[in-house]
Amino acid sequence: MLRKIRITFALIFFIGATLLFLDFTGTVHAYFGWIAKIQFLPAVFAVNVAVIVGLVALTLLFGRVYCSVICPLGVLQDIFAKFGKMSKKNRYSYSPALNIWRYTLFGVMIVAIILGIGSIVGVLAPYSAFGRIVHSLAGPVWMWANNLLAAYAERVESYAFYSREIWIKSIALFSTSVITLVTLAILAWRNGRTYCNSICPVGTFLGFLSRFSLYRPTIELAKCNSCGLCARNCKSACIDSKAHKIDYSRCVSCMDCIGKCHKNAIKYTYKREKVEVIGPAVETVNISKAQVNDSSRRNFLGLLAFVGGSALMDAAEKTVDGGLAVIEDKKIPNRNKHISPPGAKGHRNIASRCTGCQLCVTVCPNHVLRPSGNLENFMHPIASYERGYCRPECTKCSEVCPTGAIQKIDSAEKSSIQIGRAQWVKENCIPLTDGVSCGNCERHCPVGAIQMIASVAGDDESLKIPAVDTEKCIGCGACEHLCPSRPFSAIYVEGNERHRFV
Amino acid sequence: MKNENIDRRSFLKRFGLGVSAAGLTLAGCKSAGKKITSESSAGPQEPGEMTYRTNPTTGDKVSLLGYGCMRWPWKETKEGEKEEIDQEEVNRLIDHAIANGVNYFDTSPAYCRGFSESVTGIALSRHPRDKYFIATKLSNFSPKTWSREESLKMYNDSFKNLQVDHIDYLLLHGVGMGSDAMEEFRNRYIDNGILDFLMQEREKGKIRNLGFSYHGDIAVFDYLLANHDKYKWDFVQIQLNYLDWHHAKELNPRNTNAEYLYNELEKRNIPAVIMEPLLGGRLSNVPDHIVARLKEKEPDRSVASWAFRYAGNFPGVLTVLSGMTYMEHLEDNLLSYCPLKPLSDEEVKFLYDTADLMVQYPTIACNDCKYCMPCPYGIDIPAILLHYNKCVNQGNIPQNKQHPDYARARKAFLIGYDRSVPKLRQANHCIACGQCEPHCPQNIKIPQRLHAIDDFVEKIKQDKEEVTA
Repeated sequence: MLRKIRITFALIFFIGATLLFLDFTGTVHAYFGWIAKIQFLPAVFAVNVAVIVGLVALTLLFGRVYCSVICPLGVLQDIFAKFGKMSKKNRYSYSPALNIWRYTLFGVMIVAIILGIGSIVGVLAPYSAFGRIVHSLAGPVWMWANNLLAAYAERVESYAFYSREIWIKSIALFSTSVITLVTLAILAWRNGRTYCNSICPVGTFLGFLSRFSLYRPTIELAKCNSCGLCARNCKSACIDSKAHKIDYSRCVSCMDCIGKCHKNAIKYTYKREKVEVIGPAVETVNISKAQVNDSSRRNFLGLLAFVGGSALMDAAEKTVDGGLAVIEDKKIPNRNKHISPPGAKGHRNIASRCTGCQLCVTVCPNHVLRPSGNLENFMHPIASYERGYCRPECTKCSEVCPTGAIQKIDSAEKSSIQIGRAQWVKENCIPLTDGVSCGNCERHCPVGAIQMIASVAGDDESLKIPAVDTEKCIGCGACEHLCPSRPFSAIYVEGNERHRFV
Repeated sequence: MKNENIDRRSFLKRFGLGVSAAGLTLAGCKSAGKKITSESSAGPQEPGEMTYRTNPTTGDKVSLLGYGCMRWPWKETKEGEKEEIDQEEVNRLIDHAIANGVNYFDTSPAYCRGFSESVTGIALSRHPRDKYFIATKLSNFSPKTWSREESLKMYNDSFKNLQVDHIDYLLLHGVGMGSDAMEEFRNRYIDNGILDFLMQEREKGKIRNLGFSYHGDIAVFDYLLANHDKYKWDFVQIQLNYLDWHHAKELNPRNTNAEYLYNELEKRNIPAVIMEPLLGGRLSNVPDHIVARLKEKEPDRSVASWAFRYAGNFPGVLTVLSGMTYMEHLEDNLLSYCPLKPLSDEEVKFLYDTADLMVQYPTIACNDCKYCMPCPYGIDIPAILLHYNKCVNQGNIPQNKQHPDYARARKAFLIGYDRSVPKLRQANHCIACGQCEPHCPQNIKIPQRLHAIDDFVEKIKQDKEEVTA
């Protein structure tokens, strides 16, 4: 019974969390957004005291229910383990805890949090690992299915579905996800919850607490015949059936052993010993002490953007009718400083609080956000404008972020946050290279930061070139995206280390 | 719009067949008493004998339906790119047309990215030369081709591409276009001696009829007719339809009403060849209540058929050109002209009233001729304008946020926009270089229109809703 309740809740959380990372429209977020917000690490970064206290209390009461039910990565491992069990029954056995591993990684995590090295946190955080896997591996399949529906909808003139562009946002993200998934699958297949009990820092932390949980599975010595069936079905490898002991720091309260015991010797009951309560240690993390390396960023795609030389599409003189000119894809310019999304406050805030879960990347409707491949902000969202720009009405990323790395803003606020500044690149500007008037950047600047000035000073008849007022520019990238110069725009955005109000 | 219109037309046709078939089965199941014959279904109608008009100078018997070779079907590659014309389909279309009496084929060296003449030539050369009349043009629009040598080359290439030794109808192409139309006309045909050359060719019999097609500046039209005694125009090609008869100038002050053009030709007994009888589909893709109005009069016939009957109704019209991309276009037009059922005065009046209703819709006068293309910056100009027109006709131009239909219309406009035009080819990428504008035979101020559409898109995008197109 307890096991069935556990499985039911686990599936609800799992499906909800999966949909969160698949749904690019952001509608699911209205219903399941809370699932991301009650994840442990995101709550820590968001300093969401209610959630942290709630989860600590839950663990002190019932053990590591979090790991079996709430954590989607935990449930994912159970799914893999289920397949493992199909091939061989009673496959587990007791093994001592790998304390060196788990405490070292826990220590690394604490240090990383204190130093604000979000990339390490992001790699270790279970929720984010899950997000990355779903986003980058299942996401394209989901979108492909959506596009099939959209194609059908188009045929019947329905607007219920619309097509989405599928593109690989980052090789680094894709390979990280594949490696994580394969590692997890192998570990879970063979040994159940090895990851949770030897690697996951959240598991280790909750393990401290669950030693003292009020309710826990206990073995009644009077009934037990030491058959060892419980131990052979314990995915946490934490039941020492010979000694009749359970390692509660590793038990995830899955209740599997209770049903397996033929003698009814295991019961989930109130513990009789006195409980020693320890307070939540993590709340004391002082984020303001976080430091981040602000040195120049390495360009993660390795596409060195050599700015210079006009590259317009083939503008052959028109002699016949019809046809479409070939449009060259835009390339990422070599930005000295990357651009972080509005609401992120700046590089330092996002570096210290982002766990790299890709929720913001999933919902970005304009193809602006993608994960960074740089070591110092690995998997954190960065903005670029080859496929779209940060549109004035959209605040999706700020709505979904569970950690406070991107803080909630509205579109009015957004219009006054400067995330970067537009820079003009003379060598690419169409009026100078092609000798035609343009002004497309000026026409589309949502804040009126660009004006067109004479290219020859004093000659009002000369072709006009843009002049950017960096006091007004918000760095949205409309100018960069809509610039006709290709592959490199004649105007591009340099990121701000710290966002500012203009 | 053209495509969608035809898709819909053919769809309705198929649907009609399906429904009638279903009706038959159902009826068969439930009633024994009712007698149902296949005549009662809206099955395909068979065309009869084609109506012909006689050319007063050469005595040619020309079919009232002329085939416009500007809109041949394209083969799509896997990437959805249109790289070559579907020759097999063109052969099928031309065979069917000739079998049903069509004998006038109008092409140009510029049509279909320059492929039209050779594709048409391949299809027609499979038929005896006396079965068809060829009309082609000297399309020396580009300043590069204004020289005598380049223009002569273009003229000579037409013979090769069309695989013929004489051209039945040769036109000076699109006179009246350009920013200084008179100047451009002189550059293209007078100063290089080309018009004199063409008149000599007519003497020699290489050209059997010499004429011109006209768009734009009326001064050139008037000048050429004033000198009719000198040039002896055998025919003139004009844009005529029930909307342009009274409304062409009202819709765009740079254009002239068809009423004037036709009457000027009739005065001089010059046969008129009609282009844009359907305005590139704008007279068949119309708002619902106009469809209802026309269908009430003739429930069995298409909306487009009214436009063709109208154009064919004038006795001075030699032939009416239709750029038929699909077999369904051709079949429907054959029904209109095999034979022509003339319009009564009352019906003509009814069409003029319909035109008065149509001009209340702020559609853009784009006929999808693609003369503006290719845009050097990759914009798909006609696709944008046609999407806009479609939304105007379907009531999908949301204006007022308070309107109960606002959200639906907004979604239809934005999602439809992304479906009709790839993002990189949309109006927000237009830099207003202005290269397109002088090429537009309808004199549309293209960059201005594109920017207005872009502003509209921007406005409705910023009104937050769940759609992010």
